[in-house]
Formats: sequence, C-alpha cells, structure tokens
Amino acid sequence: MSNYAIETQDLGRVYKIRGNKKESQIRKELIALEGVNLTVERGELFGLLGPNGAGKTTLIKILTTLLSPTSGWARVADQDVSESPHLVRPRINMVSGGESSGYGLLTVRENLWMFSQFYGMNSKIANDRIVELLKMVGLEDRIHTKSSDLSTGLRQKMNIVRGFLTDPQVLFLDEPTLGLDVGASRDVRKLIRGWLDANKSRTLLLTTHYMVEAEELCDRVAIINKGKVLACDTPANLKRKLQRDAIFEVETSPLNGLTPQSLQDQPEVRKAASTQIEGGAKLELILAEESALASVINILTQKDIKVMRLTKREPTLEDVFMDLVGARMEDVEKGGEE
Amino acid sequence: MKADESLVYSTTEKVSGWRLFIKTILARSYPRIIGQQREKSWIFFEIFMPMLAVSAYVFVYRAIGAPEEYVGFVVVGGAMTAFWMNVLWSMSSQLYWEKEQGNLALYIMSPNSMMAVLLGMALGGMVATALRAVAIIVLGTILFNVQFTVTSFSQLFAVFLLAMTALYGMGMMTASLFLLLSREAWHISNLAQEPIYLVSGFYFPIKSFNFWVAAAASFIPLTLGLDAMRQLIFPSGAALGFLNVTVEITVLVVLCIVFLTGAKFLLDYMERLAIREGRITESRR
Repeated sequence: MSNYAIETQDLGRVYKIRGNKKESQIRKELIALEGVNLTVERGELFGLLGPNGAGKTTLIKILTTLLSPTSGWARVADQDVSESPHLVRPRINMVSGGESSGYGLLTVRENLWMFSQFYGMNSKIANDRIVELLKMVGLEDRIHTKSSDLSTGLRQKMNIVRGFLTDPQVLFLDEPTLGLDVGASRDVRKLIRGWLDANKSRTLLLTTHYMVEAEELCDRVAIINKGKVLACDTPANLKRKLQRDAIFEVETSPLNGLTPQSLQDQPEVRKAASTQIEGGAKLELILAEESALASVINILTQKDIKVMRLTKREPTLEDVFMDLVGARMEDVEKGGEE
Repeated sequence: MKADESLVYSTTEKVSGWRLFIKTILARSYPRIIGQQREKSWIFFEIFMPMLAVSAYVFVYRAIGAPEEYVGFVVVGGAMTAFWMNVLWSMSSQLYWEKEQGNLALYIMSPNSMMAVLLGMALGGMVATALRAVAIIVLGTILFNVQFTVTSFSQLFAVFLLAMTALYGMGMMTASLFLLLSREAWHISNLAQEPIYLVSGFYFPIKSFNFWVAAAASFIPLTLGLDAMRQLIFPSGAALGFLNVTVEITVLVVLCIVFLTGAKFLLDYMERLAIREGRITESRR
C-alpha cells in the first residue's frame, strides 16, 4: 500500500468546445488542467487554493472518477481513477458547495439515509450516524424537515453530513463552506478536523478560495491558477518565502487614475494591488526592501493622493497568491468574469 | 445536546455486490413510493383528471349503443394510462432532471450500479402509479358498474408483470436517450403523448386498426399488455383481441429483453460519454 492517498502525474484535461451551428466544424480547445503533479499523503488535509476557473473542480472531478483526464494519470486510494473507477468509488465521497442534491419531498433524514444505502451502509448504523452528525453541525432540530424547506445554508450542512456519513477513505470537499455563515463554517471546520484526527488513515482534499479557511485547516496547500499548480507546501512554508519581503497595506484617498502597475514598475516593488474602499482605495504592496516604501509614498504625493493609514503586516496566503500570480485572487476572478 | 462523536468518527462496514444492488434499488424507489405521496395534488391530477377522460369515452360508447364491454375496456385503459404517463413524464425525463438537480454526478460517483438506480426509479414509479391505477379501476367500476370475468389469473398476472417490465424497461432506455438529447426531451415527450394514446388503444380495442398499424403499435408494451388483459378479464375480450394471449405474452417477453438490454447498453454509453466529455454531469444550477 502506497503512503499516498492521492497521486497525480502530468495530469491534464483539455475540453473541446463546440461552436454554434454555423461554426459547428470549428472546435475550440480549453486547457483546464496542465501537467499537474501532486501527492497527498494518507491522513493529510490538503487544500487546493485558487480563483474560480482555476481548474480546481476539474481536478476534483478527475479524482472522483467523474471525468477522464486527457493526459497523465491519477491514483486515489491506490487505484487508477481511469482504469479502475469501480475500485475507487467505494473509498471516496464528495460534497460540492451550493449543490442542490437529494429530493425536496424527502426529509433531511430520509435524503441522507437514501445516499447511505448507495454505499451499502447498514440502515440502523446509518440512521444513528445521521442523528449524531446532524447534532455536530447543529441541524438536529431539522431532521424531519423536508429538504425543500431548508435554507441554502442548512441545505449545505445536510450535504456536508452526506459526505462524512459514508466514512470514505478520501473525502473531497469542493468549496464546502460556500454560502454558510460564520458560525456554521466554524462547525464544519471543527467536524473536518475531528473526523481526520480520529483516524489517521483518512484523507481530505478541500478546494476553497477562502484563504483563511485554507490557512486554518490545511496541512498543505497547492496554489492553482489557469490549470497549473504554481506552488505546493505547508501554509507556513509558503508564507515563509515572503518573509524577507515587507508587506504593507496603505489606505488612501481616491487613486486619481494611478494604477497598481505604475507602482509595480518601481524598483523593489515586487507586487502591488488595489481595492476600492469607502472614500478611497486600499493598496497592498509586497516590497523587496522596506525602503521602497519611500518611493511609493513619493508617487502618491505627486499624484495628490493622501495616505490615511499605513500598516505593515505578516504575510498571508493571499500575499503568496499575489506574489505567484501577480494579482489578488478577487481581481483574477473579476477578470475571468469579464 | 452533545453528539456522540465516537459514533460519528468510527469506521463503518459496508456491503457490496448484489446486496448493494438491492439496497440501491430500494433506496432509490423510496422517494417515489413515500415522497411522492406527500404532495396530495396527485389525487386531483392523477385520479380525478384521468377519470374525466374515462367518463367522456364511457358516455360516448353508451350514447352510440356500443357493447357494454367497451365501458370496461375504457376503465382498464384509463388505469393503464397512468403507467404510460409515469413512464413518459417521470421515468424518461428522470435522468435529465437528476442531472439538473446535481444528483446524477453523485449516482455515477457512488459504488452502486447505475442500472440499480434506474431499476429503483422504475420500481418506485410502478408502485406509486399502481396506487393511482387501482384507484381509477375501483372508481370506474363503481361509477359505471363494470363486470369482470377473469379467465386465467396466472396469465393475467404474467401479462401485467411482463407489460410493466417491458414498459419500464422502455422508460429506462429512453431515460438515457432523453439525457443525451437534453432539453429536446421535453418536446419529444409532448410529441409522443397523444399519438400513443391513439395507437396503443387505451380507450378502444386495437383490433379496430388494420393489422400492420396494430403490429407497429405493439412496439409500445402497453398495447399488447392492455389487449391481453382485456381478453383475460372480459367475456367478449377474446373476440375483440388483436392476437392470441399466448402470442402476446411471447412478444412481451421479447420486448422485456430488448428494452432492458437496450437500457443497459445506453446507460453504459451515457456513463462513458459523461466521463469522457464531462458535460453530462454538469448541472446548470
């Protein structure tokens, strides 16, 4: 038995997109994943961090046998996902954020029981576990509520319970806390940690675009963008690479046409990004030398931009992402939507 | 209330093979057998409305002085219509709906067989619809004083069972087909509804057609099923029957094999396509 719960080698996926009827002969290609090499050890909580459209869901679909790769290979629980999907499936489960699975006419308990049967669970054990899991996510008072009567957040809790219910060796959670409030997200994170700590042979792969979630939960994180893995390490090691840099947050009056790129063109300014805030803007700067701040302030002053607040802070995964991709995750997502 | 975390975090034994197959069938039939009864509107739409159509035919037959057996033919036909509607609207479009709902990916990803999922849908649909069909027969019998004379219970049971197996086998086959056709499926269902009412003889004996039209209509399993049942439960049924009951049973057996094999083939094809192209498990929600 390999030490790895998940292993991929040069994994790639290219989608062929049909044009409209007039262009039916023309097939465009979209590279969703390219040369992905990953290993996830048993017992590990591994995070895939990246903006929407980065290829996280495609990777999860391949690993859960729902999609075949167009190049390379992937193994989950010691089995090749393309050659032996029937051996992978009893060992895994998956929950996606915002999914609306199940049947609205069935109660929470009935829906969960039904899915447990698809994995061959004993009915009594399944029902007992459903009750306990619902208690853990604070949904026990809704056990007999029809799932169509649940709010989006409560429905997501039910889906999360579905994932844990069947006791998979490898659990895939694709944006599990999407749509959950702070308290509910905390309950889910506690459940995730407890489930992993109770049995070191269990593995969990989590995709998220919430940096804090990845930082708090994951043993290791892979940062993925445009189908490629840009970095893979523990959150602490990823951040350590930026520790020699100085990271500043500068709140200013409106930027008067100043672009982050013009700041980035300054020597020693490694990365710059801006966000609009009430009454002005917030600049995030990664500087190779702290002294570079002087030239930034100088440019701001020349443009008649007032500095309201200046903070130096420790690097976060968001900074790591910005350093690797050259833009904040939010901006990459906005760019993708346009 | 504190959860028993040891129970939640403990490992669980699971069954596989034929026991998993049976569990899947029963679990997937549950939403239809139990869940569907919770929307009480079915009593109106699936019993009262078909009874109106049955009544209309009964009054026409009585007005023109048709043999009284025709009234019984209509009542039985009205009851069997419920199965056709269930196959057309629930069974055939079900996989498409499951895809839109996000369930299809979970079904494919789980260790059970997709054939078991479809059989569960079929079993659930059959049981739930049987309730509606029985209600129509009981109401029709009471309202229109229908007399039944069963000549062979064993043959009647065999015909019903084979007709249902073939019909739901056809539904399982079209479920994959409709999924591949995506939204066009709704138009096909709409298009198929009325012509099939006509050619399958829901409200009159198909012997009224010429042989070749009746033979072509026999592709729909309910056509021969209904014809054979009428022959077995009404005294003059045999005289109005299209083919001999034994021949009809044989054809139904063939249809069962064809449709169930076709369902398995198309399901495997659909699953391969889903995994190769990735679009079939893509929900639009």
